[in-house]
Amino acid sequence: MNPNRLVVVGYGPSAHRLVEAVRAGGFEGGITVFGEEPRPAYDRVALTSYLAGKSVEDLTYPAPGGVTLRLGSRVARVDRESRTVITASGDAEPYDTLVLATGSAPFVPPVPGKELPGCFVYRTIEDLDSIREASRSASAGVVIGGGLLGLEAADALRGLGLETHVVEMSPWLMPRQVDEGGGAVLRNHLEALGLIVHVGSGVRAVEAGPDGRAARLVKPDGEVIEAQIVVFSAGIRPRDELARQCGLAVGERGGIAVDSGMRTSDPDIYAIGECALAGGMVYGLVGPAFAQAEVAADRIMGGSAAFEGADLSTKLKLLGVEVAQFGETQFRRTGPGQTPGVLDVTYMDPVAGVYKKLFVSDDAKTLLGGICVGDAAPYGTLRPFVGRALPGSPSDLLFAGAGGVQADLPDDAQVCSCNNVTHGRIRTAIADHGLTGVQGVKDCTRAGTTCGSCVPMIQRILVTSGVEVGKALCEHFAHSRAELFDIVRVRGITTFSQLIAEHGTGRGCDVCKPVAASILASLGNGHILEGEQAALQDTNDHFLANIQNNGTYSVVPRIPGGEITPDKLIVIGEVARDFGLYTKITGGQRIDLLGARVEQLPQIWKKLVDAGFESGHAYGKALRTVKSCVGSTWCRYGVQDSVGLAIELELRYRGLRSPHKLKAAVSGCARECAEARSKDFGIIATERGWNLYVAGNGGFTPRHADLLAADVPTDVLVRTIDRFLMFYIRTADRLQRTAAWLESLDGGLGYVREVIMEDSLGICADLDAQMDRHVQSYFDEWRATLEDPEKLRRFVSFVNAPGTPDPSISFETERDQIKPVLIPLEAVSR
Amino acid sequence: MSVIQDASPLSGGLWTPVCPYADLLPERGAAALVGTCQVAVFRTFHGDLYAVGNRDPFSGACVMSRGIVGTRNGEPTVASPMHKQVFSLVTGVCLDDPAKAVPTYPIRVTDGTVEVSVA
Repeated sequence: MNPNRLVVVGYGPSAHRLVEAVRAGGFEGGITVFGEEPRPAYDRVALTSYLAGKSVEDLTYPAPGGVTLRLGSRVARVDRESRTVITASGDAEPYDTLVLATGSAPFVPPVPGKELPGCFVYRTIEDLDSIREASRSASAGVVIGGGLLGLEAADALRGLGLETHVVEMSPWLMPRQVDEGGGAVLRNHLEALGLIVHVGSGVRAVEAGPDGRAARLVKPDGEVIEAQIVVFSAGIRPRDELARQCGLAVGERGGIAVDSGMRTSDPDIYAIGECALAGGMVYGLVGPAFAQAEVAADRIMGGSAAFEGADLSTKLKLLGVEVAQFGETQFRRTGPGQTPGVLDVTYMDPVAGVYKKLFVSDDAKTLLGGICVGDAAPYGTLRPFVGRALPGSPSDLLFAGAGGVQADLPDDAQVCSCNNVTHGRIRTAIADHGLTGVQGVKDCTRAGTTCGSCVPMIQRILVTSGVEVGKALCEHFAHSRAELFDIVRVRGITTFSQLIAEHGTGRGCDVCKPVAASILASLGNGHILEGEQAALQDTNDHFLANIQNNGTYSVVPRIPGGEITPDKLIVIGEVARDFGLYTKITGGQRIDLLGARVEQLPQIWKKLVDAGFESGHAYGKALRTVKSCVGSTWCRYGVQDSVGLAIELELRYRGLRSPHKLKAAVSGCARECAEARSKDFGIIATERGWNLYVAGNGGFTPRHADLLAADVPTDVLVRTIDRFLMFYIRTADRLQRTAAWLESLDGGLGYVREVIMEDSLGICADLDAQMDRHVQSYFDEWRATLEDPEKLRRFVSFVNAPGTPDPSISFETERDQIKPVLIPLEAVSR
Repeated sequence: MSVIQDASPLSGGLWTPVCPYADLLPERGAAALVGTCQVAVFRTFHGDLYAVGNRDPFSGACVMSRGIVGTRNGEPTVASPMHKQVFSLVTGVCLDDPAKAVPTYPIRVTDGTVEVSVA
């Protein structure tokens, strides 16, 4: 029987989930929620993003319908006798069922000076407002606690422009999630971002300056950290004071004791979230809190759901660094108390800042757990295998992510821990509903809809269910393009044969070969027609020209910035006339010459190259053009030399191979005549410099480019574009334009800005070096082909009749130019 | 050089030399003109030879020799460079649309010279 008055004390994430769940379950009674904070429940996990510019509204959960919210209203007492809660202002509210969701309070260690102005905790929007206010007159801050929350707080202080210190008692950071090796790699990442890390250190005191505010922190060894802001983030304590006041059972070290139905010692009162002590544990993560809320809701509705503990695996991105932990990882490996029967396998790349470790049983058959820093890919793929047979060789699993997983997952293995979805459920959904992609699985099962870390596993399940999905490139590679790029880069692979022998199956196809060709070319492996690489190229790249509907090709010489001399224009005209080609001006401010037969291409190039032209790469997934308006040189409105910049950029990035074609433009003033905001990167001149816009698109899905940098000088502009392009080249999917890529990135433009302008991943030097290598190693592919008789031999109509033109090609005349005559398909002889 | 693939017993045995075997790039095709018949000749990674009609049955253009060579479930294939339909090099059947196919021809190597039979 449903009670008819539900009262919830506390309005954080778990209370919100509970209210949603009972309403969704058809609860018909009245619901009253008391919230101490002056605002509705919000996503506390995303708290730091509030300081980065997100509004309270962005973080606030959608209001549940049919609920009386009493915000800014603290409940002072519970009278179990009369079944009433009484607020601090004396209002009484009767209940039939009461849920305590009072959360936790940050633990502040008993340090002298902890009460000084300038000392804060990090839990609520109000805390953040106070920290932001205080940061205006501060130059440095220190966070006490180097755990998950402490590093969140450090991220926030850093974002406020403060010199930021982290003091952690343990010998390494995030001791609950990672081991010493992982902690060291994490520390390197953070120090590269400018954080100052003090591990193995407590706090002796916070001392005041002459103004009576916190001015410095003194460590037990006497070292002094000058800081005007001190944030305590040394753990949480359950808020169980109401339970104590009304005589409910609480744990020895705090927490409201509950049974597996989340019921307290009073059967009409439940406790959920961080205030609850379930199975002897207080859970400080949002996943278990949600699970508890669902269980309590089910019980309130008369169900029999039970909370049997929660998977404490974590995956998060802190200051741009991925950190993950799953399964059991707290083993003693040496000395007395060493855990018997455990082996570990570690992969470490200090240059890339990657640390991955797997714990396995000593017969190397069972996966026990794992730790990842810098690359959390194994988390999603391996977490479901914890406690089960290892699904592949440990080194493959550590390196290749989903690609290394060889074994089938048992049906009862949990794939999505956020929503408790098993492998069997996903498999059945794929089969029953004919699902063909990750989105379908998400819609059907809710798997992958919360933290998303199991998405690679879902993709894997789709593949093993016989579905071809976007991430696995094709049947030959289970990897995404970005994964392959990393493999080629990190392992220094230079041929497709090596790549497919070591990381794929079969001999490739028209999907993976051009991808490999593009990756090898992006990493500067010489002429695209050199050696084995020639066989990887699409016909356009293979013939350095664009195939047309009748099997002829078009030729597009580069005209940087669209600027061309009369003499060169005449040469193009002569070439077109002499070879009988159709000519058309393109949208990228150059001239297309169409109708060339394969065997004519070298002769055409020869004439063009002799006149000073080079390949325009119209055939490649590469930089096409940098279009420009006439700019300040001629235009009475222009404020900068847009033509000059366009030429500089086009010459810098010419020949750069990328996941898809790249288009760019430079406008000399805000009138934007070059249509720069429809380009992959577009530059618009300002009075003070250049505005850089990125990830625009014309074509099928138009998108206006987003402003990445404003009023920057030319050198900064160029470096920023360098990094933007290289980061895109490294991480985009096959045939993914910059617009789709940016939208697919977790964190979007803000994330790109962090990576390439604040170097949050510590890869900028690498990106710069890669672009410098590209610029220095550029050569004209047409000229290089003309100079190599081996390559020239391929440009024949027939291998046994090189001088005979393809008899199937013919033209008629239209508007004084040639036009292909297409042979009807029925007329195919053979 | 050994015989890579014998002539089909059904062929008339009229062999036309096309080019030296060494001139064929592994995993790349070449077009040959045999009478009025256009043949696309392929050499796989492992050195096997295949010959199919050069005309793409979807677009009508004579371009099959310029497609990317690969495998599908272990079967050697070529993808039309026009719209990427994949054909078996063994049977000529389009694996993406089995209603379409390209003809296949016997091919062999004699004294280092590739020969095809279109009789």
